[in-house]
Amino acid sequence: MSKKITGSEAMCRALLAEGVDTIFGYPGGAIMSFYDSLYGYSDRLRHILCRHEQGCIHAAQGYARASGKVGVVSVTSGPAATNVVTGLSDANIDSTPLVVITGQVGVDSLGTDAFQETDVIGITLPVTKWAYQIQDPEEIPWAVARAFYIASTGRPGPVVLDFTKDAQLGLLDWDYERIDYIRSYDPDPEPNPADLSTAAALINRAERPLILAGHGVMISGAEEALISLAEKADIPVAATLLGLSTIPSDHPLNKGMLGMHGNIAPNFKTNEADVIVAVGMRFDDRVTGRKDAYAPNAKIIHIDIDRSEFGKNLKAHTSIHSDARRALEALLPMVNKASHKEWLDSFAHAEQVEATEVMERELHPTDTEGNALRMGQVVRKISEATGNEAILVTDVGQNQMMAARYFKFTRSKSMLTSGGLGTMGFCLPAAIGAKIGAPSREVVAFMGDGGFQMTLQELGTIMDLGLAVKIVILNNNFLGNVRQWQELFFGGRFSATPLRNPDFVMIARAYGIEAENVADASQLDGAVERMTSSKGAYLLNVNIETTDKVFPMVAPGSAVDEIMLDPKRRYSPAE
Amino acid sequence: MEKQKKRFTIVVFTENQVGLLNRISIIFTRRGLNIESVSASASAVSDIHKMNFTLFSDRETLEKVIGQIEKCIDVLRAFLYTDDEIVYQEIALYKVPTQRLLDEKNLERIIRVHNARILEITRDYTVIEKTGHESETQALYELLKQYDIQQFMRSGRISVTKSPTEHINHYLEEASRRLNRKEEQSK
Ligand SMILES: Cc1ncc(C[n+]2csc(CCOP(=O)(O)OP(=O)(O)O)c2C)c(N)n1
Repeated sequence: MSKKITGSEAMCRALLAEGVDTIFGYPGGAIMSFYDSLYGYSDRLRHILCRHEQGCIHAAQGYARASGKVGVVSVTSGPAATNVVTGLSDANIDSTPLVVITGQVGVDSLGTDAFQETDVIGITLPVTKWAYQIQDPEEIPWAVARAFYIASTGRPGPVVLDFTKDAQLGLLDWDYERIDYIRSYDPDPEPNPADLSTAAALINRAERPLILAGHGVMISGAEEALISLAEKADIPVAATLLGLSTIPSDHPLNKGMLGMHGNIAPNFKTNEADVIVAVGMRFDDRVTGRKDAYAPNAKIIHIDIDRSEFGKNLKAHTSIHSDARRALEALLPMVNKASHKEWLDSFAHAEQVEATEVMERELHPTDTEGNALRMGQVVRKISEATGNEAILVTDVGQNQMMAARYFKFTRSKSMLTSGGLGTMGFCLPAAIGAKIGAPSREVVAFMGDGGFQMTLQELGTIMDLGLAVKIVILNNNFLGNVRQWQELFFGGRFSATPLRNPDFVMIARAYGIEAENVADASQLDGAVERMTSSKGAYLLNVNIETTDKVFPMVAPGSAVDEIMLDPKRRYSPAE
Repeated sequence: MEKQKKRFTIVVFTENQVGLLNRISIIFTRRGLNIESVSASASAVSDIHKMNFTLFSDRETLEKVIGQIEKCIDVLRAFLYTDDEIVYQEIALYKVPTQRLLDEKNLERIIRVHNARILEITRDYTVIEKTGHESETQALYELLKQYDIQQFMRSGRISVTKSPTEHINHYLEEASRRLNRKEEQSK
């Protein structure tokens, strides 16, 4: 008979069986036993101690998205468990595979307001793909196998395992089997042949087709299939925020980013297109603008692995229920070689207007207040300094939109941002996770002075691990994005948005991180050169013009072809 | 699509797993939908549970809700029905002071006409039971009100469809084909 082991030991073995080698976590009373077992596995399970549980989970998200593996988090009960809720919600809406283990009090104390007892399952149910409380050690192999299968397959998402003390301390016979089947759950549906034929016929008849590439393209590894399809049928491609880097920035068919602060051409042309192939995206309101004026001339083909997305935000003409890769690979031989030269050429006007009227002042400013810099020029400079090869991690706000707009991509899985939830404070910990998940790649993190201060304690993690994360604070001394809305839509009443900031360079240095201020354009090149040639972490605190705003803009309530070039002018195709 | 509001019944087939009712009801409450009644029991298929929700809403909204319910792990399928697609029933219990009923000349007629029955009589109270649609149990309620109803409770709706089998069977066949394919592949 096999020797019995504790639940905590079994959890370590189960993680190993699932191929885990890295855990982001923070210990405490209700997870002590698991941490004690982990100590014996420290050669195989690397534990990354972040400085706050929110940091742990965002780091795990960054890790998952940069590596394609499941991010694993372990924290204690009560306040630690509630500290991961933002990250769960973020991972849920941005389809990020996580397994989060929360310690829990003993079974007898459940529901009694015992010390650090909180209803973790109740709190996390709405923001997880699955949440399960392990009360009995015998359930561990089943629960962990299920957790990894659910988190990583289909539309990926976060799973919570609430690990009671009884389950940690109790004994079980060790026996583990990974699973690949749950009766109620089909993570890999086959595309329906009739839907494929309808879609192919639509594409073959299209005169003004447009592909919208979402996050699902990267999650399913469909980049190659997407590019092949676009090239064969000569279809322009636009990406959502999370779909950026699917197709290289300089690919001739890449027409840029969709959405509120996306490029003019793809937004405007959405409403001229006659067929739209939407792949692994969900028609978020930031992408569609006013829904009843969205794509009025188009037949929409919606490809998604999540059936509940069909018709949720927008009615498609045809939907293909499968993973993006399977659908695109099946469509590829069915679509005809085509040329849409006239249609493609018609994007040039909007591109030209955007280049001269919007981008020029960002990239080559001559008139900034106090010689401050603009975000666009900083982002582009740093992107180029990395050969456009880096992983971009952004926070939320103007910095996010500017980074998305001006960073360039040559490789897939190079854009990590909090899209659906828009979580300030995401960036710094996510960059840590990205660097750990993709150690051979340069990781550049852009954030605002506001968002940086939401999770700056993670500088401690960077110091501790000696991680070479490049940190750029685009410092406008304001909650810039809110300021922009206040200026445009609230009569310039800057309610609670000015920030009096500490000396960020001194803060970085206190953590042993090299840092410097960039006060004006003359200091930019040298600072970027020093940052990129440094072998370690590096922080730039860049003086950004406070009044700068992100444009173009599809204002809230506007249609995607009603695009502001600046506060006063609108894009017009006949200009 | 119909934006018109009316009463719908949502039938959800699930595995026997804890916490599912909670997960499903969150989907309704998140959209501000008020669940009018809920009931759950075994189904005709072994090990598969069946939940019944009734709601007052429009088809378009509820079809989106169905999609989100089906997305839950351990939910097998969910179906949306209007009242004419199902046979449904509710049960109501009325507790009335016995003394008041004894004085009533029409008691027999009331019980007979409403197809109700008496479950228990004590010196103090009488418990009457009626099964029927809500309008019917409500009609009896209105009638008994004059005798000072002391307690009343109506169950959630239970239902079966008018088609010959459980609609879940087709799904189960698909799922077992999926399992067979998996087993083939791993050989
Ligand atoms: C956790 C959280 N709180 C509040 C917000 C609302 N919000 C969105 S952008 C923004 C301003 C961000 O300012 P900053 O970090 O300085 O970046 P900037 O916009 O100036 O680049 C705020 C407050 C949010 N997205 N997330």
